[in-house]
Amino acid sequence: MSSLEAHDLACSRGGASLFRDVSFGLTAGEWLALRGANGSGKTTLLRCVAGLTRPDAGEVLWDGRRAIDSGSEFRAAFVYAGHAPGIKDDLSAAQNLRDTLALRAARVAEDAMREALARVGLDKRRHVPARRLSAGQRRRIGLARLALDPAPLWLLDEPLTALDDEGQDIFSELLRRHLARGGLALIATHHDVSPAPSRELRLGR
Amino acid sequence: MSAATAGSFPAAFSWAFARDLRIAWRHPGETLLVISFFVLVASLFPLGVGAEPQLLARIGPGVIWVCALLAAFLSLPGMFATDHADGSLEQMALSPHPMPGWVAGKIAAHWMASGLPLTLLSPLLALQYGLSGDTLVVLAVALALGTPVLSLLGAACTALTLGARGAGMLLALLALPLFVPILIFGAGAAEAQASGLSPSPHLSLLGAVLIVAAMALPAAVCTAIRIALD
Repeated sequence: MSSLEAHDLACSRGGASLFRDVSFGLTAGEWLALRGANGSGKTTLLRCVAGLTRPDAGEVLWDGRRAIDSGSEFRAAFVYAGHAPGIKDDLSAAQNLRDTLALRAARVAEDAMREALARVGLDKRRHVPARRLSAGQRRRIGLARLALDPAPLWLLDEPLTALDDEGQDIFSELLRRHLARGGLALIATHHDVSPAPSRELRLGR
Repeated sequence: MSAATAGSFPAAFSWAFARDLRIAWRHPGETLLVISFFVLVASLFPLGVGAEPQLLARIGPGVIWVCALLAAFLSLPGMFATDHADGSLEQMALSPHPMPGWVAGKIAAHWMASGLPLTLLSPLLALQYGLSGDTLVVLAVALALGTPVLSLLGAACTALTLGARGAGMLLALLALPLFVPILIFGAGAAEAQASGLSPSPHLSLLGAVLIVAAMALPAAVCTAIRIALD
């Protein structure tokens, strides 16, 4: 059973304290919605959990072990999708997906990638350079990636931005399937996501 | 539910190397700019200083080296900055792979797309300066040893300027002075050969610098990237 815990996390940006004493716990099949006004530190909290930003205090535990000590083992266990989706404009959707999964050392068959791209509606445009895709279509490359990456933990920052209703439905379905398989998710979002979050964490005031 | 397999240095190296070369291939503008800058500037000198064979042979190696160095410098800003801007750098840092692996892969790909074409073109350009056959060979060997150091040093400098405002100016102030020793040894090798001395001390020094740079600088680049991402 996978579990994610955070104990008394505190973080400041540019000298100003963003949040302190933030604690939460998640176990398999649960997702936590991260809420809060703009600038309340949702992104920073996600980056703290991922290990990109060093917290001022507190620690993150993955399966009971300190995430910092687990290093690459912990990094292999999560997918992080931030504001910038990490998509190269010069490469096609298919190539972007292939590169992202290869970087994660996830072995995925070419057929499965094609299927995932078809499922997010990019089948006809999979060989088009990403620069010619719309913002929502680029987001959909990210959805295809979520569908294929076997990592048990999702750390997502506003995953529904720029997605249309259909795209949001696809995301809901992916999230449902992920949780049903025993996955965990920490999602910063202003949207109402279905399935409803197992718990909520409100940052700031 | 199984997690992805853990990463490794060779896998990270080959991933970054192949990916960056693919991007350079799809978007050849930057490489072509570097090469055409090198060719044009190196060809302007003989026109500017006049066709006096002795003078040209005297300044040839130095001019070719300065041109190669400036051309290599031109290619530096894009090394990490675009990956930083589009979020790829984050994804790489969060991959299960060890960071030095993909950093080294990116540096190697950068050299393939900038230093290597410069090295291969240098004998052709040096012909305009009337350098002898031996000197051409020494010049190319010196560039083959020196341009990887330019890529390594340049990587460390660009990584340090990531996210800074006016990064281009900062990069010039940071990188160009560090390139000076490479210029001295590199041009010195060809000049020694041209004046009948052995170029091997210069080439040995260049080789030694390359080894030290290859050992030490990827780690420095990793630290700079971590700071930039924090």
